[in-house]
Amino acid sequence: MRIGVPREIHAGERRVATTPEVARQLIKMGFSVAVEENAGAAASYSDDAYRAAGCGVIEAGRQVWSDSDLILKVRAPESSEVELLTRNQTLISFIWPGQNPDLLKRLTDSGATVLAVDSVPRISRAQKMDALSSMANIAGYRAVVEAAQHFGRFFTGQITAAGKIPPAKVLIIGAGVAGLSAIGAARSMGAIVRAFDTRPEVKEQVESMDAEFLMLDFADEDGTGEGGYAKVMSKEFIEAEMQLFAEQAKEVDIIITTALIPGKPAPRLVTAEMVRSMKDGSVIVDLAAEQGGNCELTEPNEVVVRDGVSIIGYTDLPSRLAAQSSQLYATNLRHLLTELCPEKDGNIVVDMEDEVIRGATVCTQGETTWPPPPPTLSAIPPAAKAEPPPVMVEKKPSLAGPIVAIAVGGLALLGLGAVAPPSFMAHFTVFVLACFIGYMVIWNVTPALHTPLMSVTNAISSIIVIGALLQISSGENLIMWIAAFTVLITSINIAGGFAVTRRMLAMFRK
Amino acid sequence: MISSGIVTVSYIAATVLFILALGGLSNQETARRGNWYGIIGMAIALLATILGVVTEHYTILFVGLLIGGSIGLALARRVQMTQMPELVAILHSLVGLAAVLVGFANFMDPSVHFAGVELTIHDIETYLGVLIGAVTFSGSVIAFGKLSGRISGKPLLLPARHWLNLALLIAAIWFGRDFVVQSAGGGGLIPLIIMTIVALLFGIHMVMAIGGADMPVVVSMLNSYSGWAAAATGFMLSNDLLIVTGALVGSSGAILSYIMCRAMNRRFIAVIAGGFGTGGGTVVAGGDADGEVVSIDAEETAALLTNAKEVMIVPGYGMAVAQAQHIVYEITTALRAKKINVRFGIHPVAGRMPGHMNVLLAEARVPYDIVYEMDEINEDFPKVDVSIVIGANDIVNPSAQEVPDSPIAGMPVLEVWKGAVTIVLKRSMATGYAGVQNPLFFKENTRMLFGDAKDSLDAVYRAL
Repeated sequence: MRIGVPREIHAGERRVATTPEVARQLIKMGFSVAVEENAGAAASYSDDAYRAAGCGVIEAGRQVWSDSDLILKVRAPESSEVELLTRNQTLISFIWPGQNPDLLKRLTDSGATVLAVDSVPRISRAQKMDALSSMANIAGYRAVVEAAQHFGRFFTGQITAAGKIPPAKVLIIGAGVAGLSAIGAARSMGAIVRAFDTRPEVKEQVESMDAEFLMLDFADEDGTGEGGYAKVMSKEFIEAEMQLFAEQAKEVDIIITTALIPGKPAPRLVTAEMVRSMKDGSVIVDLAAEQGGNCELTEPNEVVVRDGVSIIGYTDLPSRLAAQSSQLYATNLRHLLTELCPEKDGNIVVDMEDEVIRGATVCTQGETTWPPPPPTLSAIPPAAKAEPPPVMVEKKPSLAGPIVAIAVGGLALLGLGAVAPPSFMAHFTVFVLACFIGYMVIWNVTPALHTPLMSVTNAISSIIVIGALLQISSGENLIMWIAAFTVLITSINIAGGFAVTRRMLAMFRK
Repeated sequence: MISSGIVTVSYIAATVLFILALGGLSNQETARRGNWYGIIGMAIALLATILGVVTEHYTILFVGLLIGGSIGLALARRVQMTQMPELVAILHSLVGLAAVLVGFANFMDPSVHFAGVELTIHDIETYLGVLIGAVTFSGSVIAFGKLSGRISGKPLLLPARHWLNLALLIAAIWFGRDFVVQSAGGGGLIPLIIMTIVALLFGIHMVMAIGGADMPVVVSMLNSYSGWAAAATGFMLSNDLLIVTGALVGSSGAILSYIMCRAMNRRFIAVIAGGFGTGGGTVVAGGDADGEVVSIDAEETAALLTNAKEVMIVPGYGMAVAQAQHIVYEITTALRAKKINVRFGIHPVAGRMPGHMNVLLAEARVPYDIVYEMDEINEDFPKVDVSIVIGANDIVNPSAQEVPDSPIAGMPVLEVWKGAVTIVLKRSMATGYAGVQNPLFFKENTRMLFGDAKDSLDAVYRAL
């Protein structure tokens, strides 16, 4: 099958759907790959690099569409591109079928098979194909870079001879993939980071990245919706949430918002009044700009300054890091193609029984197949989440056991003392003392030397040879031979035990 | 012939030297000196006894010493560190056998006279010495078999095995009574022999019922028994040196057994009663409700390692089986040369014997100051970039902490999943000894490197 990768024509889009490195791997899977002239130029991948990887380079224009069986793209096809699709072609790209019903209809009408990378089900198995996560990760990182660009101070704190440099305080709203990535980037630049999310289960993740998780005291309302996304919250919750943000706005220097609800417009979380209350020179980065924006004053694709605050509404953050995002996106596609091409023979099989493929396919042969039936096994069964983590109950050690043991031991000793002859008691005294010495000495042995301990105790327990030596002088032949044999086997132990201990101890070196 | 006073003083010196020998094992620096103290102590005791007590048959004595000594030295020179557990087991059996023989010889010796209560006590001491010695002997032989693979690691579960053990115990007590009664009249050899056989059977049955990877407890336990056998023999012979040494060794083994049991969070009696554990290697079919495992290859592993600053290696018995400790050393040296901090985390029951992993790593020339016990480094995992788990399963299983009714619940484990990335080297997805599936493999930050540990690590080393 021939794969074709056109140059993206969406305004400002610098990504490309495959890179020379990934193309090499696609060719190994049996495909032939061709890219449109200069498809990767904006992402720093030259035509020559593609040629070196074994790809063909097709001249600019419609030819890449007509020459290919499978088209890989980043952005959804524009009108002019949809026209070029035919029935026996397959297209894989971002589609956003929920937001673009007209596009979906036109694609269905064309009869082609179209897979939307944004509709890949979010199950563990499909993580490697999840382009939403890979792009969100990049967006979160880039958001911090853009914020730092527009912020007038340092992120990290410093004490210098010329005075103190205070660290920046960053608030990140929404701790999904983008939010966590932003937390990581801001932390590594040295800022003080706080994060908020309506889903309490991300608290641990946030704290593991050394950021503070802001808790709303709102029991009974868990913001976790289906599939692990957030859901629309109740009015009271939203009011409490806004109050938290208002308080924070007065304190923090930078707010990065990433709050999205699938299929609905982005929630308005940062009001104009909050922006007014922020310090001059503060920065807001609104990653939800394309879906309406989390901040009232966001202008998509622009940076505006309102009341002394810069509000960044870029919608193309991944595209700004085109080389990296193209590489990750291309790898996501490669994994998807591995699912589609199990025989590695360069032919794809759209197996509608496979959950991932079924979920991603939005239309095929003139039929709309989106939305797919809900998954039978969801990644996070909600019931399990409701249970509190099982508390390991520490059994309080009961006093009865040791008391009984001491009582029995004491009685036994008394009994012994009553009947035993003095010679025995003398030996018994020695025995008890020796046990105590043993206890103290052995606990001091470092665990690393437990094996030599066992071999050396084995050697010294062969002191039992003394018993045989006492008997070897006996006049009885049988006794003598038994004693001789005993001497033999204990000497094996003595020599072997000490020698092997010496050998082991010699091996330990710093 | 030297006077008995000098012999006693020599025994005192030997006792002190033995205690110093054990005390020297508190750290690697003083340990070597400690071993020499032990050797000197033993030499003094032997010399004093030969010169002070032995009057005849010197030739046979020295021939015995010579032959035994040569065999011992040859064994010590040739044994592989991976075979240490079975060597220790078979050496224990010799002490047990010696105790039995000394007991019998003493009993049959006409020159030994006691009467009344003293006779009774002497008989009980004899009886105990032989009993413990016999159990130690047969138990150690079976332990040797299990550890060397000659006997299957699966526990042998006879029906009504607890009743069988109880019956053997009652028989031992019964014949003990018989023995004491008969001995007062001058006889008693038959009950003694019968009891010896009963004890041998008990030893065999007890160890056969214990699974392969509970062996650390068994070997420590037998170590302890060999000590108590020596102590009982010491009582029987009224020899304080034997009593003290036996007590030292006995408590040593007992403490090691306790440490092992605590590290597995299982009761000692439960371990000894046996029946726990599978032979390992059962593949748990399907049941991937937790997700899929993500596999990784050697090149990617090498890349992860090169970019890490803190690396933790967690070896298990599988590393020893694959003989991978030497390549682990090479990798460690290579990483340390790149200024990457490499540490080893050793779980108390890793391996088949307490301290086994430490010895294997020492043999591979890994410096001992980067080898840490679980308690020392378990809290450092959140700062670790890459953890490598080699041939270990149950000791890194989060179920021990998260699942209250798991067979391994409550067992202290190494918390590798708290590090940034964990790489698990495993031959396949088969379960470990406890037969439980390991959620560690399905965690998001875990990658599986399938294949033989040595081959995988060779590939990683080449890629470094």
